[in-house]
Amino acid sequence: MAGIPSRHKSIFLLAGVVLLQILLLALQIKRDSEGRLIRVWTVGAFSPFERAGNHGIGHIRETWRHYFALQNTSRENELLRHENDDLKMQVNQLQSKAIEADRLALLLNFHKSHESVPMLGARVIATSAGTASATIMLDRGSKDHIRKNMGVITPEGVVGKVVEVYDNTSEVLLLTDKDSGVGAMLGNSRVQSPVGGAGEPLLVMKYVANDDVVNVGERVVTSGMDKIFPRDLPIGTITDIKPGNPFKSIRIRPSANLERLEEVIVLLTLQPLQLNQEPETAKPSSSMASKPVAETAKSPANGNAAKPAPASVSPAPVPTSTNAAAAVKPE
Amino acid sequence: MNEAFDIRNMESHIEVHKFRGGAIVGATLLALMFQAFVPVYFAKAAMIDLPLLITIYFGLSRRNPSTGLLLGMVIGLLQDSLSGPTVPLGLYGIAKTVIGYLASSIGARLDTEHPAARFALTIIFFGLHQGIVLLTRRILLAQSSVWFTMHLAAAAVVNAIVAVFLFALLDHLRKS
Repeated sequence: MAGIPSRHKSIFLLAGVVLLQILLLALQIKRDSEGRLIRVWTVGAFSPFERAGNHGIGHIRETWRHYFALQNTSRENELLRHENDDLKMQVNQLQSKAIEADRLALLLNFHKSHESVPMLGARVIATSAGTASATIMLDRGSKDHIRKNMGVITPEGVVGKVVEVYDNTSEVLLLTDKDSGVGAMLGNSRVQSPVGGAGEPLLVMKYVANDDVVNVGERVVTSGMDKIFPRDLPIGTITDIKPGNPFKSIRIRPSANLERLEEVIVLLTLQPLQLNQEPETAKPSSSMASKPVAETAKSPANGNAAKPAPASVSPAPVPTSTNAAAAVKPE
Repeated sequence: MNEAFDIRNMESHIEVHKFRGGAIVGATLLALMFQAFVPVYFAKAAMIDLPLLITIYFGLSRRNPSTGLLLGMVIGLLQDSLSGPTVPLGLYGIAKTVIGYLASSIGARLDTEHPAARFALTIIFFGLHQGIVLLTRRILLAQSSVWFTMHLAAAAVVNAIVAVFLFALLDHLRKS
């Protein structure tokens, strides 16, 4: 008050006294829903600063979290990316194993359907190095009783014959090779004619007379005349017929997927075989082997020929390649 | 007192009055007692605001704003204290503090010894006092009150009439 002019002292005193009494009032007054007025005023006076402080701190925190703390996020993202890649790899491996199990189950089922026929499961470990020939290499050889000229099939159909045998491996000439041939006949008319390769994906049936009735879509099966394959093994389906002189030019799509072979069955005998059952009873749809297990299980309407083995649906009894090979190995 | 002398020097024709010992305190207490007890027996007496009149009188007479507002504050707070729990401390205190300040300030510049001036000033201060109380009720207490009624107008006149006679009576308490 020393620096205040004397005539203004009373004004300041008035203001101070009034203010004190207002505060006194505020201490006493109690609003019904808001408590004492002093509290209402205090809260009202402080809350803007609290809000501002809270907003400021929140803003700083958000800024820190979204900008400065991104180093951890980046590191975490890197870890998650690696983990994601590992998981993707595991999923791919599991899918591959499931597909393999499906194929092996089909082989096993095929073997059970032809228990009297000695056969051996084998895995394809290599293919021909060039386009001049169509061959595959199997992981079974003479030690596994494989001999030259033995037939090689899959549950879908004929694959080819063994042309070279080593101790632990063997080489198979595929049907699509130009030098390959198999005794065949038309499924309906039973007209017999050898089927051979032409160096392309489709096979050729060479000696069917123009007078014989042949239809596109007709099945072609083994005739058993070559002494390698038993009768009525599926070879393929006719896709194109052209008249020729003196024979028709018939092109056949192989039943077995010769371009994607992974497991095959070697017929362990050089004697003529007679299948006691239609091989198609154990034949799945041609696309089944390339489908994942779950996808295969969703397609039950394929008929008897396409009915999957129980093992292809339930993963528990799925055999490994070794098991499958042992299962089809002759005693 | 120095402040009062300063004012007197500026307005040399206005006299600063002094009162006998205990006159202010005695008059204040009597006014409060009257305000508290007389209406019990004579309801219309509640219309008269004796503490206000005492505040106005001593403010106008002493002509010192500081003492005037402090006296008004004390009288007002005492009146609040005697007004029961429904009246918070400070309601009349604020109003009478302002009235004490204004009365002292005006008394230092104007001649307030004439009965007509006292009558007029009492009406003005009564109205102002009611206005401050009403504002305090509305703003601080959130109580609704009417700004003007004929009762208030009549009360203002009655208080002004009472003030003329009361102030004349209180003039006898001045030191000669």
